[in-house]
Amino acid sequence: MTDVLAVAEHRRGDLRDVSFEVITAGRELADEAGGDLHLAVVGGDVDGFAERLNREGVDRIHTVDEGEEFNHDVYAQALTQLCDEVDAGYVLTPNSVNGLDYAPAVSNALGLPIVTDVIELDAGGDGLVATREMYGSKVETTTELDADRAVITVRGAEWPPTEGSGDAEVSAFDADIDESAVRSTVTGFQEAGGGDVDISEADVLVSVGRGIEEEENIGLVRDLANALDATLSASRPIVDNDWLPKNRQVGQSGKVVTPDVYIAIGISGAVQHVAGMKGSDTIVAINTDPNAPIFDLADYGIVDDLFDVMPALIEEFE
Amino acid sequence: MKVLVTVKEVAEVEDDFEIEGTEIGPQYLNYDLNEWDDYAVEEGVQVGENVDDAEVVAVTIGPERSEETIRMALAKGADRAVRVWDEALEDVDLLDVGAKVRLLEAVVEEEDPDLVLSGVQAGDDAFGATGVALADAIDFEWAAVVNHLGLDVDEGVAHVHRELEGGVDEVTDVETPAVLTIQTGINEPRYASLRGIRQAQSKEIAPKDLSDLGLSAEDIESDLRLTDMYEPETESDATYFEGGPEETAGQLADLLRDTGVAE
Ligand SMILES: Cc1cc2nc3c(=O)[nH]c(=O)nc-3n(C[C@H](O)[C@H](O)[C@H](O)COP(=O)(O)OP(=O)(O)OC[C@H]3O[C@@H](n4cnc5c(N)ncnc54)[C@H](O)[C@@H]3O)c2cc1C
Ligand SMILES: Nc1ncnc2c1ncn2[C@@H]1O[C@H](COP(=O)(O)O)[C@@H](O)[C@H]1O
Repeated sequence: MTDVLAVAEHRRGDLRDVSFEVITAGRELADEAGGDLHLAVVGGDVDGFAERLNREGVDRIHTVDEGEEFNHDVYAQALTQLCDEVDAGYVLTPNSVNGLDYAPAVSNALGLPIVTDVIELDAGGDGLVATREMYGSKVETTTELDADRAVITVRGAEWPPTEGSGDAEVSAFDADIDESAVRSTVTGFQEAGGGDVDISEADVLVSVGRGIEEEENIGLVRDLANALDATLSASRPIVDNDWLPKNRQVGQSGKVVTPDVYIAIGISGAVQHVAGMKGSDTIVAINTDPNAPIFDLADYGIVDDLFDVMPALIEEFE
Repeated sequence: MKVLVTVKEVAEVEDDFEIEGTEIGPQYLNYDLNEWDDYAVEEGVQVGENVDDAEVVAVTIGPERSEETIRMALAKGADRAVRVWDEALEDVDLLDVGAKVRLLEAVVEEEDPDLVLSGVQAGDDAFGATGVALADAIDFEWAAVVNHLGLDVDEGVAHVHRELEGGVDEVTDVETPAVLTIQTGINEPRYASLRGIRQAQSKEIAPKDLSDLGLSAEDIESDLRLTDMYEPETESDATYFEGGPEETAGQLADLLRDTGVAE
């Protein structure tokens, strides 16, 4: 019998969706391991959060009333202590930017192995088997844990959010925070981007990725966007290279877009990119690699060199 | 001021490849400096250029082949390099975060840096966890997914931005010594100049094995075992346009006209 401790996530006063997904994943794991599902919520309006997190499948909710916003030192200390207190075998957190800012520290503090960005979990047999991707989603792997305790971070949108209301017991956990070990301070937030266009408003997006190779070649994609009266967007490397401004970036750390048509040109379809465009109505992909993950989402595909297809396509509309 | 930059040589897979057991056939792999570490090296070198008496040391855990990659870090301006490897590591097919942290912790003990820069993640096995786990092990402060760094050496504070989801940065002050995991786009990594490449040939790459680091084979025992690797079943139900570029472009153009996107 192994208990699971899942961790909720919130930012600037709101619970994030992953909180409800991690409950679903945690319940599954707890069922397989024959234990209870504990849920921790650290900082912010913990009582209000606890009420909203009291969903089907949660056995106990532990509130840690420390601070308003996320602070990884507080999280790491509180969760390490809570895990010991409730004697949980598995600590389950979102594989979010904040998750990756405390989960590895918790794993090290507890002396537990960590397995991150997991897309499937199976604790039905002996020990735990985690499925993850490698090489930019080109392969999937299964990893077996020799230990019967671990810290696990789960990928967003892989488990559905839990729905029904629950009857978990809610209690305050009095963490003993060593303030001298809190050596970082969040001083604020800053919205990136802004600027002239809002790609999330566009009906048609022509989106360019690293397959374009050189800055000079962006013109090719721009010409198509102009011909279609569409808006130009991009994957992250294009923006990292300053070939297009930040407000054109689609994905986890850019914009979430839901156009009628999304044309992905030389984009592989990495999970962080897909997070921003999978809600598009019709997805068209042009890519030389027939196994590129973008084709898993695409409604229409062309497996060919963009430098051959793009000129022909532009010509069609001249 | 000493900056330690952790760098990994990662494998990139060709479009067509075959899996052999729990590995991709070596003939389908091309090795390169991890994308995130390229930005970390640049950030370290820039810190070195802006601070008096700074030394930038690159460290990698990797086989002999990875000397080529760590030389790239030297060619881009790192002063010296450490390469950790041991026979005992040859047979480990997945060096997990814990094992890497124990190795890097031993290097940190020897080098005594003020700042450690790692990448957000390694492009191949993508754990995204080594930097933060290392920080806890060496009792440094830390910040994950840093896309802006302003270092105040006198105050002992790193003013950083952490790139959260949805185009929002968290603005945070981090006390040094610290480990920062560097996100792509934080800077513009330089290309190694010919002169840099030539100089790198004569820079020192110190080899370290387990005993040099005061470790034993037990320290690198991993709790994770890779048991299977396979190509994910395609979920694709895409309609593929076939033919040469003119034909496929023509079909796509028809689709765009039919759906009213184009006239
Ligand atoms: C914390 C974090 C946040 C991130 N946030 C984002 C984000 O918001 N948005 C985002 O996009 N990424 C994000 N990423 C990066 C993401 O992991 C990928 O690295 C990135 O999406 C890859 O972009 P790409 O598809 O353009 O490049 P690649 O993955 O390099 O793909 C290029 C593609 O082009 C194809 N190609 C090459 N040549 C040609 C040709 N001649 N013709 C046709 N096709 C060709 C290749 O087959 C390949 O599939 C994030 C990563 C992290 C760790
Ligand atoms: N073998 C290695 N040698 C040196 N540094 C590494 C190694 N593996 C990972 N790292 C560092 O840790 C970062 C995150 O890697 P990972 O946690 O494996 O995704 C990388 O960007 C590197 O900076």
